[in-house]
Amino acid sequence: MSPIIPTGGPRRRRDGGFWRKTWAMLVKEFIQLRRDRVSFVMIIMIPLMQLLLFGYAINTTPRNLPTAVLLQERSDVGRSILAALNNTGYFKVTALPSTEEELDRLLASGKILFGVEIPANFERSLRRGERPAMLVVADATDPVASSSALGTLNRVVQTALAHDHAIPDAGGPAFEIRTHARYNPAGKTELNIVPGLVGTILTMTMLIFTALSVTREIERGTMESLLAMPITPIEIMLGKIFPYVVVGFVQASMIICIGIFLFNVPVLGSLLVLAALSTLFIAANLSIGYTFSTVAQNQLQAMQMSLMFFLPNILLSGFMFPFAGMPVWAQWIGEMLPLTHYLRIVRSIMLKGASVSDLHYDAAALAGLMLVAMTIAVTRFRRTLD
Amino acid sequence: MRKAAAAPAKFADDVVIDVQHLTKKFGGRAVVRDLSMQVKRGTIYGFLGPNGSGKTTTIRMLCGLLTPDEGTGTCLGYDIRTETDKIKNHVGYMTQRFSLYQDLSVRENLEFIGRIYGLDRPKAAARAAIKRLGLTGREEQIAGELSGGWKQRLALGACTLPSPQLLLLDEPTAGVDPKARREFWNEIHALAAEGLTVLVSTHYMDEAERCHEIAYIAYGELLVRGTVEQVIDASHLTTYVVGARHGNGALNTLQQELTGRPGIGMVAPFGASLHVSGRDAAALEAAIAPYRGRDDLDWKRSEPSLEDVFIDLMSKAQDNFK
Repeated sequence: MSPIIPTGGPRRRRDGGFWRKTWAMLVKEFIQLRRDRVSFVMIIMIPLMQLLLFGYAINTTPRNLPTAVLLQERSDVGRSILAALNNTGYFKVTALPSTEEELDRLLASGKILFGVEIPANFERSLRRGERPAMLVVADATDPVASSSALGTLNRVVQTALAHDHAIPDAGGPAFEIRTHARYNPAGKTELNIVPGLVGTILTMTMLIFTALSVTREIERGTMESLLAMPITPIEIMLGKIFPYVVVGFVQASMIICIGIFLFNVPVLGSLLVLAALSTLFIAANLSIGYTFSTVAQNQLQAMQMSLMFFLPNILLSGFMFPFAGMPVWAQWIGEMLPLTHYLRIVRSIMLKGASVSDLHYDAAALAGLMLVAMTIAVTRFRRTLD
Repeated sequence: MRKAAAAPAKFADDVVIDVQHLTKKFGGRAVVRDLSMQVKRGTIYGFLGPNGSGKTTTIRMLCGLLTPDEGTGTCLGYDIRTETDKIKNHVGYMTQRFSLYQDLSVRENLEFIGRIYGLDRPKAAARAAIKRLGLTGREEQIAGELSGGWKQRLALGACTLPSPQLLLLDEPTAGVDPKARREFWNEIHALAAEGLTVLVSTHYMDEAERCHEIAYIAYGELLVRGTVEQVIDASHLTTYVVGARHGNGALNTLQQELTGRPGIGMVAPFGASLHVSGRDAAALEAAIAPYRGRDDLDWKRSEPSLEDVFIDLMSKAQDNFK
């Protein structure tokens, strides 16, 4: 047998030297980084995707805001105004309701952000110089989205009508625009931000809770025992998600209470509906976090995935920038994110007093996203060590 | 006392493990090759072999944690490919690395397992297990803070808690002191006496000798199986034990001189003596003849030890592998 410690082997310096040792550490870190393919890809992909995605998607001057026009009379003036609104690019007429109730419902459900009502006899009054009033209602829950559009409205309509020679060119304004900023008449941003924060904070904390849950079992070696036991992936998933639903519920209650008592945000709708839909939102985020956990190979990857999911939630959901102002493709991405739907829900319930019937689309979307995530998680969950 | 494991058995009553031609590959490399084995009810079956020989992989295939690439078989009468859910209900698997929850207490870990296996009264079952394992007084201790020996007792208690019919123990005594090891084996024998079948992998020869039957596996292939006597007889190994009359220096020189000679299979020091073995008795005799007459050496023909047999098997397997 050859001796394990060879005599006359490489000579050792008395001290490795500061830079030599630092270099050794550095080389080792680079090798490990190169081996961790997912992290390596993320280093390139995260900045590239985020920059392109958000650089094109985010636009602080919102365009194509969904608008409903209620025409109480059939006239050329009405049609001119309609066309002028569409031409500005700020507004996009998406509905032509026939009654005021219908208009209100559209506004409450969040399908439109603006309602323009042209009263009966508008054209005749206009020609007689009676300065008739045009009624504009705006969903002011997001003051940023509504204010710049409202500012252009007066000028746009004036120009359109002048162009059609419906009003005399000279002289003061031939009509009056009566603006009603609904839901947040004072235009306070905190009324918009605080409910939004409920969703953002919940997204962040819930994702992390479950994103680490499966990778932790693998890294601590407990997965091997767990897999050898008679327990199914669905049982493991539900057992891991449920405790955090309770945690999330406590967290949500806390944030909402602070919003109510510290920031004076009203809750116009039903607290019960808010609680139920918040629970659904919490469960949806936990399911997505859990899905990351089944896909990731270690805790670091799970964290990176959560972060990559969290950013679009902040930027494309309508939390930071008006949803209606984003290009259509970005809105599609937004529709895939639970926060988008929850923001509509929480803002509608708190600020607009919306009921379940106004929110069924967003509630269904949340449930759908949750089920998709759970299905992926259960199929991705590896039941063996193969 | 633990309940006798008396679930209705649909398999041939006395064969608990019955697998044929199991092969498992990882990344194109066969870790287990063409492995067949049978284990009878109530047997303590020792699974021996060097590191990386495929012991853990085989155990994992038996309890459904790995799917064999080739081969078929049953464990407790259930198909190891398609009925792993049923196997898991009746098998207790003790992993090589401690795999209970380090941040739960002894009691909480046991209750968790009791609930997963659907025991009627998990708390009572956990209490009984704590008493039986001699863990009384440590119920509330966090599992991660237990010493190696206690962790091992807890792990054994955990996998026997649901009254399984088969125990798969993967190097259960690695890093455990001799006293704890002896107690552990007494426990294993007590469980086997109650009808439990135990498959245990180990590196320790003294543990191998405590098994009813052993199988030796190297480079993914099962090389030999049977009782300890059968395995030693089947080796056809001739062994001499050489003692030194005047100090050990002579043995050291002898070892160097004999190693690699034709007819000499293996030369290994055992304390104050040297074991010299070979498969071909005549060749061995011829090789050692020049040294037999030296008066500072004391030659004795002897039964090969289990370790001699295994090291010989390993070198033989290595030759085949190359």
